[in-house]
Amino acid sequence: MQVNEDKEFQPLIVAFCCNWCSYAGADLSGTNRLNYPANVKIIRVPCSCRVNPMFILRAFQRGADGVILCGCHPGDCHYTSGNYFTRRRMTLLFSMLDFLGIERDRTRVEWVSAAEGAKFAATMNEFTEAVKKLGPNLRLEDLRCRKQ
Amino acid sequence: MQRIGVFVCHCGTNIAATVDVKAVAEALGYEAGVVISQDYQYMCSESGQNLIKDAIKEHSLTSVVVCSCSPRMHENTFRKAAAAAGLNPYLVEIANIREQCSWIHKDIASATEKAVILGRAAIAKVHLNAPLTAGESPVVKRALVIGGGIAGIQTALDIAEAGFDVDIVEKEPTIGGKMAQIDKTFPTLDCAACILTPKMVECAQNERIHIHSYSEITDVKGFVGNFTVTVKKKARFVDETKCTGCGLCMEKCPMKKVPNEFNMGLDNRTAVYIPFAQAVPKVAAIDPNYCLMLKNGKCGVCSKVCSVGAIDYKQTDKYIEEKYGAIVVATGFNPIKIDKYEEFAYSQSPDVVTSLELERLMNAAGPNGGTLLRPSDKKHPHTIVFVQCVGSRCDDGKGKPYCSKICCMYTAKHAMLIREKYPDTEVYVFYIDVRTPGKNFDEFYRRAVEQYGVHYIKGMVGKVTPVSDGSLDVQASDLLANEQLHIKADMVVLAAAIEPDKSARPLATMLTTQMDTNDFFTEAHPKLRPVESATAGIFLSGACQGPKDIPETVAQASAAAAKAIGLLCRNSITCNPCIAHSDELMCNGCSSCEKVCPYGAITYIDKEFRMPDRTTRIRRVASVNPAVCQGCGACTVACPSGAMDLNGFSNSQIMAEVDAICK
Repeated sequence: MQVNEDKEFQPLIVAFCCNWCSYAGADLSGTNRLNYPANVKIIRVPCSCRVNPMFILRAFQRGADGVILCGCHPGDCHYTSGNYFTRRRMTLLFSMLDFLGIERDRTRVEWVSAAEGAKFAATMNEFTEAVKKLGPNLRLEDLRCRKQ
Repeated sequence: MQRIGVFVCHCGTNIAATVDVKAVAEALGYEAGVVISQDYQYMCSESGQNLIKDAIKEHSLTSVVVCSCSPRMHENTFRKAAAAAGLNPYLVEIANIREQCSWIHKDIASATEKAVILGRAAIAKVHLNAPLTAGESPVVKRALVIGGGIAGIQTALDIAEAGFDVDIVEKEPTIGGKMAQIDKTFPTLDCAACILTPKMVECAQNERIHIHSYSEITDVKGFVGNFTVTVKKKARFVDETKCTGCGLCMEKCPMKKVPNEFNMGLDNRTAVYIPFAQAVPKVAAIDPNYCLMLKNGKCGVCSKVCSVGAIDYKQTDKYIEEKYGAIVVATGFNPIKIDKYEEFAYSQSPDVVTSLELERLMNAAGPNGGTLLRPSDKKHPHTIVFVQCVGSRCDDGKGKPYCSKICCMYTAKHAMLIREKYPDTEVYVFYIDVRTPGKNFDEFYRRAVEQYGVHYIKGMVGKVTPVSDGSLDVQASDLLANEQLHIKADMVVLAAAIEPDKSARPLATMLTTQMDTNDFFTEAHPKLRPVESATAGIFLSGACQGPKDIPETVAQASAAAAKAIGLLCRNSITCNPCIAHSDELMCNGCSSCEKVCPYGAITYIDKEFRMPDRTTRIRRVASVNPAVCQGCGACTVACPSGAMDLNGFSNSQIMAEVDAICK
């Protein structure tokens, strides 16, 4: 999170992308020069089901303003069924986010295939705008991490 | 203490144009553990790799971070370079600052800042990287080709020629596919059957090729070099080993009103049938939907006339299981159903046909014996209108967004063949664009216009209305002359878009390969790996990967065969060492991981543990089979005690990346 008085709020967004579909989709959007904001930082995981809900909470705790998880379309998982686990786990996590003190809209699961570079860029643009509207993530900020 | 080397690539100007590479290298040089941070024009070049190798030796680096293009591109290059310098290849991490940074951002300041953050994340991760050793697994020296069209045939022949056994699985009773239905091929106008059927016979005669016709894949297990595939041999009610293909049963079968798929339903066949004269294998099949014996239990004529006793009404579906080292997908295409295009009156008039139906109408083995006659009254048509792009290049959701690629050429071929055979027939072609790239293709199209006098009109047909005198009123607009046209046509031919075969989607799920939104298989790299799927050991051949004409299909089929042969030639392949492992001291044997593992790689073993009080206790703990685990990581999240972890993407590594990004 960076807030400059003269600049608009720039959210920090962590994107977990599965190696086979979404990471390749992100690469494709790069190859096609489809712009999306630099706020989005991508972490590569082998499969969306590798993403432990703890990783998402950790990101919020450390000051991320939005976390997006991208995987293969249901039915298309490189590992047959990984994204089905993701879908269930994330539904469960998202149902508890308000209770944990994070706005529900700061997280999202999106299915982006390796051929959907345009969708990846559009998703990231849209998500960044949505998080910008929500403002900085203050509710789960670890005060010890606050920059002096 | 870690000694990390950071290498930042300019990639010419690909990265350097939007990322201040020197600033990135300098900023990353201050990170904990980094002993050297350098930038270079092209890291992936020979001298760039030497730079890394020299630095590893000179500074005794314990791990390396390369800030460059996507790891999908050059991860292996840098891993090999590290290995050559004596460093474990899995101690190399890539920060993707090209595809995911420089190419998508325009602002230098923010792109540079992001590149530094991505570099930091990679450094944080590499701190926790452990040296990994890849295991080896043997390769089964047998290939499977799914689909027996020209793509599958060519692939199988090439693989067999290299000396490996190949199985072709074809869902129809014969191999041959779409090419067998085509009359003539562009741009040479030679007969399709004359060039295809020798190849089909070659397949049947090659002792290394085994054809499973009338069969489907029902299950695929395993991984590269070691797939276990279940093939369902559908009951054809005819003993393949006995049938001689004499055709007597077809002559005597009383059920003669079955729409003939091979002739696109333009004539009829019998319930027991051989799809066409040159079918391979030339073995009859009984269509259970129409056979009177199978439906009502009364008839049995075919079994009475069959001199070799091949008819077996009690035959059931058989399942066979076979092991393969490589799989080639060649499931091909189909023209789309055009019933929903009501404006072209396809379902109202039999004289509105698709291009593939026209192929059959013009074919010597077709319903009219090669004379072009209107399906409605069997009269010679004097005016024929061709409509291009029916369902292609169409973004309204009704059709396909892509160009079907082959329609421009086959329409020029049809127009030319008709004008040559029937010079009194006027031919009109309505097009959006004429796209004829390819060797001798544009010359071919120009010949149709200049030499054969085909009327090409830029514009779209708005409506086709059947008129009471049997003709068709075609309303269209001529975009270049800017006028409305009414043409009284005898026949209308629609160039329907092509789409992947319906069996492709469930197959992709079984093979765990990717498809694009149009259900075409996605290749591993659009330019550099066009015949491999992203899943190791699965190769793509022909129109299942995108619309293609015959020469392109054959070229890709041979390329896929070459790739498959390359794999089959090896005795063993290195496995991915990034697999799950369980910490036996933490595992409590709860079975959570076993339930989520898609490969059944986790088993439980009883292991003896020595307790602090010097007694021993036997506990049930999870054990991962390294040859079967593919490293998805589902188990790591399912594990309630945190005992499961994934090599290369461990919990602590991903957490470290998160922390570095959120710092």
